[in-house]
Amino acid sequence: MNWFGRYLKSSVGAKHVMAVTGLLLVGFVLQHMVGNLQVFAGQEAINAYAAGLKKLGPLLWVARIGLIVIFLVHIASALRLVSLNRAARPVAYKMVKSERSSFASRAMAMSGLILLAFLAFHLLHFTLGGGPLKTQFNLIDAYGRHDVYNMVVLGFQKPAVAISYVVAMLLLCLHLSHGVTSLFQSLGLNHPKYNGIFNLAGPVIATLVLVGNCSMPIAVLAGLVKATV
Amino acid sequence: MNLTIYVWRQKDAKDAGGFEKYTDECKGISEHMSFLEMLDVVNDRLTEKGKMPIAFDSDCREGICGTCSMVINGRPHGPWKATTTCQLHMRAFKDGDVIYIEPWRSKAFPVIQDLIVDRKAFDTIIQAGGYISTNCGSAPDANSMLIGKEVSDSAMDAAACIGCGACVAACPNSSAMLFTAAKLAHMNTLPQGKPEEAQRTLSMVGAMDSAGFGNCSNHLECEAACPKEISGQVIAAMNRGYAKASFGKR
Ligand code: FES
Repeated sequence: MNWFGRYLKSSVGAKHVMAVTGLLLVGFVLQHMVGNLQVFAGQEAINAYAAGLKKLGPLLWVARIGLIVIFLVHIASALRLVSLNRAARPVAYKMVKSERSSFASRAMAMSGLILLAFLAFHLLHFTLGGGPLKTQFNLIDAYGRHDVYNMVVLGFQKPAVAISYVVAMLLLCLHLSHGVTSLFQSLGLNHPKYNGIFNLAGPVIATLVLVGNCSMPIAVLAGLVKATV
Repeated sequence: MNLTIYVWRQKDAKDAGGFEKYTDECKGISEHMSFLEMLDVVNDRLTEKGKMPIAFDSDCREGICGTCSMVINGRPHGPWKATTTCQLHMRAFKDGDVIYIEPWRSKAFPVIQDLIVDRKAFDTIIQAGGYISTNCGSAPDANSMLIGKEVSDSAMDAAACIGCGACVAACPNSSAMLFTAAKLAHMNTLPQGKPEEAQRTLSMVGAMDSAGFGNCSNHLECEAACPKEISGQVIAAMNRGYAKASFGKR
């Protein structure tokens, strides 16, 4: 197993770690968004979906723990790489003119760290039931299920909360626009025939996530989705 | 033309260094001079005044040796595409311009003096596997070994690397992946290099990592700065090759 450790620690292996964990996290972000968009289908749809997830029982925990491990690996590996990269240029340039890199690519560490802080807030908000949502977290619907629908709607009715979600999604959009395109190159996929698709994949998926996820707080603020309690 | 230049002056590796401003020495520069000839003029004038001339590297002055490393106004080898500093001409600038000249900045390339850096780290990477040690036979054998035009072209494109280090200088992370990947692509693409492909990939990446370069995060600034226009595609090939070598080699 000696070789495997060496592979993971190497600069190229570290790229693969970032790309594979990143890919899995994008998969999670997309499925999370599709699940949540059911808020537009009404209280019954999303509450039933949430109850269905809860019913998975131990399976849900396997998924949760898997997700946490993937997150931790992605973050720990990123932090290690950032500190190595900092150390690799002890004296900064007086003048730097970027030519090819994008704002998104240069801001990966910054957008990632802010997203991490948002994630803590988001979990506290909708998963653990603390923060500004305490009172709405314990709502029960007519079938005795956790009332996810009203929790989300009442939560987003507070403009400050809704805006913080929109801002976080802008950062996520920035992060994914470089991250998704970049993961193809990291995994060795670079071919003139397909590069057009790879280069589009990042911005397109990032925009989808931005539009999809922001549609919820914005619809609530605009009064298009109303609470039923 | 009259210019103002700010040049990084550093006595030796231990000196902290700093920028020095020159205006009198950069008067009446011809637009037909190369950038290095402009520095030669400045150095003559400094010498006449009894001052220490600016130390910079150069050898071929025709874009093939890769020694004339310097960052000019934030770009390695200056503002022109696909050119080394010695090929850059003063017509790229206009009267009254202010030019900042700095050495490559990377832990793996320590400054020796002023604009000269020590690129031994690249030699270490080459020593780790940038050669072919299998017997390729004599000249007639080369003719009997058929190599497709596309294959030889892509190997030749990678072999255009002159080892100047602009990729490292341009990379926001100080990564040397374009250099290492170009050398790997050059040798691993050809049949003569195939037998040692896996070992070469593992050794050269290992040497690159231990030399203190940063990690690649796909900014592709290297590709934009490379005076030989080597494509980031070679890095993707190295990314594949390294996984294959790590998982496949016994
Ligand atoms: S002096 Fe040889 S490449 Fe510039």
